[in-house]
Amino acid sequence: MTAIKVPLSWLNDFVDVFDLDPVELAERLTLAGLEVEHIRWVGLNPSDAYHVPADRMGEEDGLPWELDKLFVGEIIRTERHPNADRLLLATVEYGGDKPMTIITGAPNLRPGDSMIKVAFATIGARLVDPYADAYKTMTLKAGKIRGIRSEGMACSERELGISDEHEGIIILPPNAPVGMPLADYMGDAVYSMDLTPNLARDLNIIGVAREVAALYDRPLKRPQPELAALAGIVRPEDMPRPQPPARRFVNIEIPAPDLCHRYTAILIRDVEIGESPGWIKDRLRKAGVRPISNIVDATNYAMLEWGQPTHAFDYDLLVERARQAEGQKSRGAEEQSDSGFSAEASDPLTSDILTSDPLPSVLPTIIMRRARDGEKMTTLDGVERELTSDMLMITDTLGTVAVGGVMGGLETEVNDQTRNVLLEAASFDFINNRRTSQTLRLPSEATARFSKGISAEMPVPAGLRCARLMVELAGGEVVEGIEDCYPTEQHSVTIDLAPAEVRRILGMDVPTAQISDILRHLEFDVEPLGDDENTLRVTVPWFRLDATIPADLIEEVVRIIGYDQIPTTLMDDALPPQWRNWALEGKERVRDLLTGAGLQDIISYRLIGPEVNRKLLAAQGEPVYDPVAGVAVDDRQLPVIFDPEALVRLENPLTPAADRLRSTMLGNMLAALARNARSVDRVALFEIGKVYWPVEDDSLPAEPELISIGLTGVRAARNWSNQNDQMLDFFDLKGVVEELLARLGLLADARFEATVHPLLGVRAARVLIGKNELGVLGEVHPVVRRAFDLPDQRACIAELRLAPLVAAVSYRPAMQSISNFPAVKEDLAVVVDEAVLAEQVEQVIRQAGGSLLRDVTLFDIYRGKQVAAGKKSLAYSLTFQADDKTLKDSDVEKVRKRIIARLGQALGAELRA
Amino acid sequence: MREDLQLLREGALAGLQTAGDADALEAWRIQYLGRKGTVTDLMRNIGQVPAEERPAYGQAANALKNELSEAFDARQQALVQESLAAEMAAEGVDVTLPGRRPQIGGVHPSNQTLREITDIFATMGFQVFASRDVETDEYNFELLNMPPGHPARDLWDTFYTTTPGVIMRTHTSPGQIHAMKALGPDKPIRVILPGMCYRYEQVSARAEMMFHQVEGLAIGRHITMADLKGVIVEFANQLYGAGRKLRFRCSHFPFTEPSVEADVDCILCGGSGCAVCKYVGWLEIMGAGMVHPTVLRNGGYDPAEWSGFAFGMGPERITMLKSGISDIRYFFGNDLRFLEQFG
Repeated sequence: MTAIKVPLSWLNDFVDVFDLDPVELAERLTLAGLEVEHIRWVGLNPSDAYHVPADRMGEEDGLPWELDKLFVGEIIRTERHPNADRLLLATVEYGGDKPMTIITGAPNLRPGDSMIKVAFATIGARLVDPYADAYKTMTLKAGKIRGIRSEGMACSERELGISDEHEGIIILPPNAPVGMPLADYMGDAVYSMDLTPNLARDLNIIGVAREVAALYDRPLKRPQPELAALAGIVRPEDMPRPQPPARRFVNIEIPAPDLCHRYTAILIRDVEIGESPGWIKDRLRKAGVRPISNIVDATNYAMLEWGQPTHAFDYDLLVERARQAEGQKSRGAEEQSDSGFSAEASDPLTSDILTSDPLPSVLPTIIMRRARDGEKMTTLDGVERELTSDMLMITDTLGTVAVGGVMGGLETEVNDQTRNVLLEAASFDFINNRRTSQTLRLPSEATARFSKGISAEMPVPAGLRCARLMVELAGGEVVEGIEDCYPTEQHSVTIDLAPAEVRRILGMDVPTAQISDILRHLEFDVEPLGDDENTLRVTVPWFRLDATIPADLIEEVVRIIGYDQIPTTLMDDALPPQWRNWALEGKERVRDLLTGAGLQDIISYRLIGPEVNRKLLAAQGEPVYDPVAGVAVDDRQLPVIFDPEALVRLENPLTPAADRLRSTMLGNMLAALARNARSVDRVALFEIGKVYWPVEDDSLPAEPELISIGLTGVRAARNWSNQNDQMLDFFDLKGVVEELLARLGLLADARFEATVHPLLGVRAARVLIGKNELGVLGEVHPVVRRAFDLPDQRACIAELRLAPLVAAVSYRPAMQSISNFPAVKEDLAVVVDEAVLAEQVEQVIRQAGGSLLRDVTLFDIYRGKQVAAGKKSLAYSLTFQADDKTLKDSDVEKVRKRIIARLGQALGAELRA
Repeated sequence: MREDLQLLREGALAGLQTAGDADALEAWRIQYLGRKGTVTDLMRNIGQVPAEERPAYGQAANALKNELSEAFDARQQALVQESLAAEMAAEGVDVTLPGRRPQIGGVHPSNQTLREITDIFATMGFQVFASRDVETDEYNFELLNMPPGHPARDLWDTFYTTTPGVIMRTHTSPGQIHAMKALGPDKPIRVILPGMCYRYEQVSARAEMMFHQVEGLAIGRHITMADLKGVIVEFANQLYGAGRKLRFRCSHFPFTEPSVEADVDCILCGGSGCAVCKYVGWLEIMGAGMVHPTVLRNGGYDPAEWSGFAFGMGPERITMLKSGISDIRYFFGNDLRFLEQFG
């Protein structure tokens, strides 16, 4: 997107717009693709269609001038304030009943002045407060200074919200009609537009005017001879060819015609560098460009108006360089530049002298060539830059001058002493221009236009317009004729468009005549294609590079008709085969199960920095502890899980803290736990998201989806009925994982095994489904916990693969029979070695219990005085039930005995006394 | 009545009054009305009564038995009532005390919106098609009608990886090509492509370097721009409520031609202008257009035979509009105080 500012007053030079409501015009342009993002009111009064309330209008919204309070006034008398040396009394005629007296200190008024036209504000007018630090409006009040009443104000630009200018009051031209509301006389509005790259042709006033002309079916006004000369021309081949100058003033060589399509130069002599007149500065400021000097202002003005950037060289400096080069050459130092396309000047010493003003004996030569790799140049901003052979240089016989179409050089710039100006207007390959300005990081108003593409036919008329403006602003004369080197000509583009195609794409009938009309309004040439009545041959106007295929023309047709004219229909096309999306269903089922388990769904940044990796690896090198005994295991250290440097890395990170893609979600999860643990007592989170694992021999990484879970804090928040601050721990986390697996029918095949993991402390397990690892879970290693700045309490994390869970989403269990006979519950406590795992005990109980044993619940674990050291007591509640009878005590006793016997044999368990 | 019966009656009734709970009452019943109780004994002992007194004695004993039975029932009833009243009295509670709420987590607001979008498009036959985050320049740009150096590439500030030609996708649009290659050629397509996108953009209240996008793609033999309008209208009415006003603006995307932006009338002010819509009255909800012939061709479809439309929208932006969220940075900040507001 490229931003431009369009003052309506300037636009009105090329198409009548002042009779249109600026708000509605903005909307119309926006709907046609030229988005007006914002309107600044410089005096004009917005219509009811404008929604910003007056009290919400800030500096950027501007200041409408009240029609009954601000007028064109005339100072008819000026005298000294009788009681104040520095103040004047001015009497102003403004169309009211009687003239008003105002007190002013304006430096551009003198006692005795009369017949001076001013911008007059009456009492009650809303103006910008010129003395406020920040932008603020005020209501003009009658004031009394040293005994005399001031009945109004002659305004400066700042008070009217035009600019910051507050040195003196605005002096209007002598023909300004006294009594006319000021808004009617000089009110303006400025559109801020943001244009898409296909609208490169409209990055200027004339381009926008062409659009308005087409949208409102109005003629394009052609107040300038350069524009008038182009009326009716469609094909680039039909554009007028410039005449070469009678005596050449510069040689142009283009050894790189693929990068520089055309180079034209105009010589303007005897200019006087100075300030531009007020109206030029006013327009430039409204368009967002700072006035500099008349010559530079002229180039900017022409660029804003025509869209063609130009460059002004100090011609005498170029000549001086050519002389220096000649001197070097005569000493036998340099060889000739590469040959290529050139506008070779005849020898100035032998050519006829047609003007009284002699041209130099040595002519400058402009050479448009590729830079040499590593070649250096200091650009206008004073920075020395290294160039590559993909970049276009403007050089002369002495050396480098500028980067073509990107930035000028210091040495040949116009300056206060400049007398003669060589005006460059050229055409470049836009893709190359864009690449160069990006590589050198040199964006400018010029590259914003060059890099989007400008017709190679534009330099001549726009250059002429600019040269004429220079003379208007800075005096001197334009030397007749243009030096033009045009090796890569633009050719006309024709598109064959079948009106039936318009119907096929839009779903709306547009008569052929209407299609032709619209395209002609947009200055396309439209003819029937030979005898074929069903096809139009459309020629694209020379100034447009964006239209190449029928679809482009269809868009032109519909945007002028208006998209609101297209009907709204429901697709009646064949419905494609529909399928069940198990992957998505599975993912969302897991999400629902985890929220149901009390966990909040989160989404983290997938770009991380080295800092996260450093924290993740904080426990590396720490000893491994035995999971049950809790003592350090000889010489073993926590393993390395990943190489943080081997991740997918960004070439251009926004910040070092986001310079690579995550390979685990646990860093995000730990940061999220730390963030919330400060403000929330119970933190229970999960994330389902992608991680990125580089794949050998593939430039693209694998992008598996994982689930991360994090828990820390109290199990249930303290409240009036729960004073119990039990903390979440490993078994809360394991419970969540078990429940998730159970609901998906995977728990029966799941196994939890103690493991070692570089993020986890002693309480760490991996979970397997059958033989395949699903993931890990555990309590965060204290060293890691501290690295992430987590509070000093248990934090639990898990990371699981999503795919095995998704695969189970279609799980529907077969129903188990429900017995109508009573169940018998019995307790059983056994003493086993510490090393015996609960899982083993339960497994033996279930095997020995057979079909009558329906449920086994471990309800107590005891270590202490009543059992021997190194032993623990496990107490189980056993539920027995048969499907076909009421169990007798003897039935249960038999099974119970079998269980005790097997526990003894298999695990050395003893019945607890 | 005989004096002994009279005495028995008075003693029994007095005893009944002192029986204060179910156990005492049962003891009283056994004492008087049980099988060996005193009143039962009266009937059993009738033989010892002189013959001439027997009828009167019998009547009196019977009457006494009935009277005591009734008194017992009444007393029992009263005791039940008493204990119930005591139980109720002990149950008094302040019902305005907070309830014990089960701990249930919430779905992230972006995921809620993604589900909503997915559901709405499912009603129109659009199915979800997943594609990758790390993309090639070819899929992200070239096959979408943006050759290297194309100025339209400036519309997307791109993160490049250190592997040449591999970038973070700037939009879900490369999914269009993936979908066409996977589901085509010569078959109609209706898919949506949700996913995470990445932009090299300074993070601010309005811009994130990472955000979701949902791309839509429909390809068929008679798909028109009028159909595209129909789908967008349908979607907007289902998402924002029926009867919304829609506006279509000409826009530009290199992979669609013609291209539009769709605006909905501001859900806050209804179009009269407010701070949310920046006093414009309209809110931009998606970009869309007819699939560019070059893109169709790159996906394996003949643009002379087939046509299609594509659209793209941002779930975070939609959520911001619907929930009045002023800063996009909340979405991936993982602050429970934000997330828990959205249920």
